[in-house]
Amino acid sequence: MLLIDCPYCGERPEPEFAYGGQAHVARPARPAEASDEAWADYLYFRRNTRGLHAERWRHIRGCGRFFNALRDTRTDHFLGTYKIGAPPPPLADT
Amino acid sequence: MNAPLRLTAGGRIDRTRRLEFSFDGRTYRGYAGDTLASALLAGGVHLMGRSFKYHRPRGPIAAGVEEPNALVTVRRDAGRCTPNLRATQVELYEGLRASSQNRWPSLRFDLGALNDLLAPFIPAGFYYKTFMWPRRAWAALYEPRIRAAAGLGHAPRAADPDRYATRFAHCDVLVVGAGPAGLAAAGAAAELGARVILCDEQSEAGGSLLAASPAGAERPGGFAADAWIEEQLRGLRVRPNVRLLTRTTAFGYFPHNAVALNERLTDHLADPPADLPRERQWQVRAREVVLACGAIERPLVFPGNDRPGIILADAARTWLHRYAVLPGTRAVLVTGCDAAYQTALDLARAGVDVACIADTRPEPQAAARALAEDIPVLNAARVRHTEGRLRVTAIALEGRSAGQAVRMLQPCDLVLMSGGYTPSLHLHSQARGNLRWSGALQCFLPAESRERVRSAGACRGVLTLDAALRDGREAGAAAARAALARDGVRPGPPPAAAPPAEEPAGAAVDAASPHGRGRAFVDWQNDVTSKDLALAVREGFRSIEHVKRYTTTGMATDQGKTSNLNALGIVARVLGSSPPEVGLTTFRMPYNPVSFGAFAGTARGELFDPVRVTPMHPWAEAQGAVFEDVGLWKRARYFPRAGEDLHAAVARECRAVRAGCGLFDASTLGKIEVVGRDAVNFLNRLYVNSFDSLEPGRCRYGVLLRDDGFIYDDGVIARLAADRFHVTTTTGGAPRVLALMEDYLQTEWPELKVWLTSTTEQWAVLAVQGPRAREVLQGLSDIPLGGEALPHMSVASGFIGGVPLRLFRVSFTGELGYELNVPADFGLSLWERLWERGRAYGMCAYGTESMHVLRAEKGYVIVGQDTDGTVTPDDAGLGWAIGKKKPDFLGRRSLSRAALRAPERRQLVGLLTLEPQRVLEEGAQVMAQDGASSPARPLGFVTSSYFSAVLGRSIALGLVSGGRARTGQTLYVPAPGGTLPVQVASPVFYDPSGARLHG
Repeated sequence: MLLIDCPYCGERPEPEFAYGGQAHVARPARPAEASDEAWADYLYFRRNTRGLHAERWRHIRGCGRFFNALRDTRTDHFLGTYKIGAPPPPLADT
Repeated sequence: MNAPLRLTAGGRIDRTRRLEFSFDGRTYRGYAGDTLASALLAGGVHLMGRSFKYHRPRGPIAAGVEEPNALVTVRRDAGRCTPNLRATQVELYEGLRASSQNRWPSLRFDLGALNDLLAPFIPAGFYYKTFMWPRRAWAALYEPRIRAAAGLGHAPRAADPDRYATRFAHCDVLVVGAGPAGLAAAGAAAELGARVILCDEQSEAGGSLLAASPAGAERPGGFAADAWIEEQLRGLRVRPNVRLLTRTTAFGYFPHNAVALNERLTDHLADPPADLPRERQWQVRAREVVLACGAIERPLVFPGNDRPGIILADAARTWLHRYAVLPGTRAVLVTGCDAAYQTALDLARAGVDVACIADTRPEPQAAARALAEDIPVLNAARVRHTEGRLRVTAIALEGRSAGQAVRMLQPCDLVLMSGGYTPSLHLHSQARGNLRWSGALQCFLPAESRERVRSAGACRGVLTLDAALRDGREAGAAAARAALARDGVRPGPPPAAAPPAEEPAGAAVDAASPHGRGRAFVDWQNDVTSKDLALAVREGFRSIEHVKRYTTTGMATDQGKTSNLNALGIVARVLGSSPPEVGLTTFRMPYNPVSFGAFAGTARGELFDPVRVTPMHPWAEAQGAVFEDVGLWKRARYFPRAGEDLHAAVARECRAVRAGCGLFDASTLGKIEVVGRDAVNFLNRLYVNSFDSLEPGRCRYGVLLRDDGFIYDDGVIARLAADRFHVTTTTGGAPRVLALMEDYLQTEWPELKVWLTSTTEQWAVLAVQGPRAREVLQGLSDIPLGGEALPHMSVASGFIGGVPLRLFRVSFTGELGYELNVPADFGLSLWERLWERGRAYGMCAYGTESMHVLRAEKGYVIVGQDTDGTVTPDDAGLGWAIGKKKPDFLGRRSLSRAALRAPERRQLVGLLTLEPQRVLEEGAQVMAQDGASSPARPLGFVTSSYFSAVLGRSIALGLVSGGRARTGQTLYVPAPGGTLPVQVASPVFYDPSGARLHG
């Protein structure tokens, strides 16, 4: 059971959260102008990272907010969580 | 029955509390503090079980959690009956009833032992090779027979009447294991002010010190072991920051220092108090964890090493010192290390005739200690075989004595084995800890981990008492300091402690003579021999994980606690490799079996899952409604009258709605209030429809896609004001639609000023449907109901009987219809009022089944029934809903992909059986030809199918490839008893012009 640091509420256990998939997948600003390939890429293609992974979580049984997290998929350890729209935290101290 | 092998003094048993118990129907006596195994041994009973595969007679080889043989069933009553318990872990209580397993007709005479004679023909994996033909016989014949013959105990058939609790706890330092290292660690951590939880699987703290030899060197800090334990516990008990849990097994280690503990509260009580749960599962989140799990002695592998009376030396030590039981009268010790010498000497002092010590080492230093007590020692010793049927009677040895080669057949009723100690790495390994091979100890030791965990004492190879105490204190203090220095749990492992100084403790796997005869067992519980392992390697299994699965070594209740390392040694030798190269199998939780009840906790029966009911539920219940589960909701499916079945009730309800008026509880519909300056913009971006032109007071049927272009949900969307919408969703879709809305609002379009509120449970929804609906409602509220005042697809707010009302003119039946939304608390009273008033108009309450038939007659889709996540609006015949001028909405770009515009896509059509009374099966395939040769590609499938009483025939909806262009064609649908021809038709079967909607 992971311990997740909601940027709004602090550390809470995993059952309070819903996983939201890979982070920083931006919806094309003008979908009509996107090529089939670019659109399919946006819809279907996700990384399957072994290592550091930027991902979305939602504190669904808490404040309800989405936020982003950096997690090492090999160890399940979080290197940090940050608000939507904010840049990932620097990794120097890890 | 006497206890001839019980000593008159010593041990930790309470001789003032005599207990009577039964085993296989015979009565025995023991004392408080005994285990079932120790009390039976005191009574001279070594035979406690039959082995899994060969049904060989077996007694306990160990005194604790690692015991593979002595599996028993303990029964209190029909529901309280627990199989496969280790007799060495079952605490005795007055009246305990235990029985042996896997034998027939009796433990002493077991017909299943015929398997033992067949052993040469049934080596590892024999059932994979032998029972291959005929193929179908595996499930029907072979597997059931093999399972019956190779067995453990039986689970009770009655429901478990006991209660189980769950508890969450946080602490600075969790110490697992209250042996010497664990007690020292907990004490050191507590002194520094850390909040400490100390747990131990046994009935009392003390670990290996509970069986300390009074004559030996086990004097912690110079104290007698008992006194030292008492002193430590006194010190811990007075501290408010320490919680001590006994009978509590840490069985699983999960990410971020979450450790699961299983506390057993009543299994040791003769008469458990009714207010105590049987077990409690603790979910502990610890800032730091100290593992002080100890080590388990390894058996030796030699021919005939499994006869009752052949036991681990450490078990003999425990039975002698902790339980004051002599495990035999004439003993031989077979050992590869020094640790067991003290036990042999103690047994001799207690009156056991220790006939000989057979040491596998050529020149053991410890031999002098035995010789000084007149115990002969055989050097470079090997075992040729053993004798005895239900108990060992002799052991054949070879070796060297006084420089001479010796061969002897030594009569005995007890053989002690000692092959060195295996540190318990289970939790460390579950904490994703790495392992390191120790050549000196011939075992793995814990290395670094990603979790904040450290090991102390015997479980990291620190085997002498003084060193373990020091190690425990240091680990406890370091853990406390680390925990108190941080204000939150942060990633990263603790600094690794220096590896312990390695002592040449000596260890041996193999004590078998090359001239030996008989099987040498490696895994007692699964009857795996050294030959089986060698065979597996010869047959090509290289990975230790594959060898494990093929031979079943290391499986079942003991999970290889005694066998894994010996198996590894043998496989490595046969492969010509080394143990660290071969590696260990993965340690999985649970460390020790945990009852299902402890996992379920309170989540059983009514509390298994939440049940959602509408405000009108009590009324429906009183009317005798039959309910169905829709998600977590209970919905009234139909309201049968006396003598009516489903079909009769539904036919009556449907006719009543079409002829007069029906009342339906639609409260479960999802409802989301979408409010804000940008609300209309937000809905435009989400739904396929355009809402710009929707005036306040009007409704629109909305279709929601995912960005992949497939239908996700639908519902009526009402504009209450310029900046306020009442959005309805499907019953099951409400949470995921709200989640999708929040997702886009928070992450894609955070600039939009919109607020979303779930109002599903705030509104009770009463649907009044049918040509007389207006008459029923006329004058009840302050909202005018005239056709022009409140036309189809409109909404008005007002009051009904002083209660706020949102009145929708909408229809899911194709009739004139209204949906009354009132605050949930007033739903039932309004329902009763409408019901009273509706009588004069022939009003009928109808359920979800009739709702389904009525909407299908009109061709209205149900998302999730007529769509399956691969259906576009055009496929479902909903292309008209799309706002053609909108530049974008969710899924719009996908709809222009070639695959989503292909003419052969499956489209929703009506299907009419040529025999009107035959009703198709939902899910049945739709075929182009009758009796097409197999395999034929289906054109599609039936999504909805009912008998329509109003139309006097069956109707069905289906998704059919190029379906709309096939209108009028005859297709074929397989059904029980033969294929049914169907005609493709419009999905709207009733009132195609829609005139009835307008009343």
